[in-house]
Amino acid sequence: MLLLAGAVPVEDLPLLVGPVAYDEKGITIDGHELAINRGNEAMMTSACITCRQYGVDAPIGLVAGDIGKRKGSEAIYNHLVNHLPEMGAKVMTLHYVMPDLKLNKKVLATIDTMEHKPMMIADAGSMYVAKAGGDSHYYDVFTPDLGEAAFLADDKADHPSFTRGFIFNMEEDVPELIRRAYAGNNATKTMFVKGAVDYICQDGEIVDTIREPSIETMEPIGGTGDLITGMISGLLYAGVDPLQACRIAGRANRAAGELSQPTPATQVQEILRCLPRALDKVHKDLGL
Amino acid sequence: MNWFKKKEKPSQEETDSHSVTRGLLVFAHPTTVISVEEILRDEGYEIRVVSPPPSYRTGCDLSVEFPLEAEAAITELLKVVNLPPLDVVPITSKGMEPLHFVRKKWYGKYLMVRAANMKITVDTETKIIVNISGGGCPDVPYLATELIGQHINEAPDLREVGFSLCAYSLNTAREELVREIGA
Repeated sequence: MLLLAGAVPVEDLPLLVGPVAYDEKGITIDGHELAINRGNEAMMTSACITCRQYGVDAPIGLVAGDIGKRKGSEAIYNHLVNHLPEMGAKVMTLHYVMPDLKLNKKVLATIDTMEHKPMMIADAGSMYVAKAGGDSHYYDVFTPDLGEAAFLADDKADHPSFTRGFIFNMEEDVPELIRRAYAGNNATKTMFVKGAVDYICQDGEIVDTIREPSIETMEPIGGTGDLITGMISGLLYAGVDPLQACRIAGRANRAAGELSQPTPATQVQEILRCLPRALDKVHKDLGL
Repeated sequence: MNWFKKKEKPSQEETDSHSVTRGLLVFAHPTTVISVEEILRDEGYEIRVVSPPPSYRTGCDLSVEFPLEAEAAITELLKVVNLPPLDVVPITSKGMEPLHFVRKKWYGKYLMVRAANMKITVDTETKIIVNISGGGCPDVPYLATELIGQHINEAPDLREVGFSLCAYSLNTAREELVREIGA
């Protein structure tokens, strides 16, 4: 099972667990329709598209409503603490949640009890809480953007908002940020750093960069990074190794951007629509 | 909110009475701190917005450091304006301050401003917010829904609708945007 967990911006939406279905309007989990938005819905849609392309089962979504008041995030953490071992997750992606150090450590303690641990991907709030707790080693893939890479590089920061200025200003030197993140044990075995140039890292080394096509106007568009996280999730579940998954996802994201001809006002739905064609293109380009 | 209720007391180092001259106001949401900061600075108090000590951290929080001798006056003032802190603790160690650096990037008529991990983009001709990107706390997608398509003057106040450090950084970016293009 590919388990995708995170909060969605619908106040008081109860905890939902079930297969994720998608169409043009959005995703459906346990009978509840959720409009496509940046964040978990975009990540989940991208994962669904990838799973469909690779002919594997649709992901299972674990979501709850949270607009920042924590209740929904707490429900997600608690569900994982109490039920993760019996869910049979092969790959698990943890995404937008309110960082909660104690609850996340409880989830990790639960994972410690499991005979078959899932492969774990974290982005957004789930990545923040993993790093803040000194727990990055539990995870297989992080997918930070540049601001988040600076946060991972700062061994003193608990949240990207606390990244120290001298590290924030190192963003012209992404390899140094990556070096610092690995030196502080705040990176994962495989890591995808999203930016004007995408950096794919393995065991502390930069093993690939993606520069083309360069679609500058994608940076302001909320949710483009979420598409990468979703694709990597689907690809890992389909049996692709993490490094190759990063290579495919990074290229497909740029290809989708190119196909959608975005402006800074474009919304992520328009890029998502181009994802199936983009994945096909990247497969051909890479000779897969 | 009750997520501070089970916290352990600050360490001995943090409460060593020999050198304690500063206190910390702890709040439920980082965005409450934006309003508190404004009020206390207007009143002339020497304060710093900082991360709380480890025993009070959840991973997404912000506090106000203040001169301890002003505790009674400050807590009374915050009570009057209906922004009472969840807790007040003495401290000796210095907390980290949130990042206030911003980066700006123009795309023709569009301007994107980034603070920490948050980006906000506006059409400078219409002053309509066209995108919000970055962040990882769950109010970010909600804030995007609330703000995108709104005129920068008419968009909801992030102090009212945001709850997280990401919202705090988004407010920093929005303030810079207003400084750059005018309200």
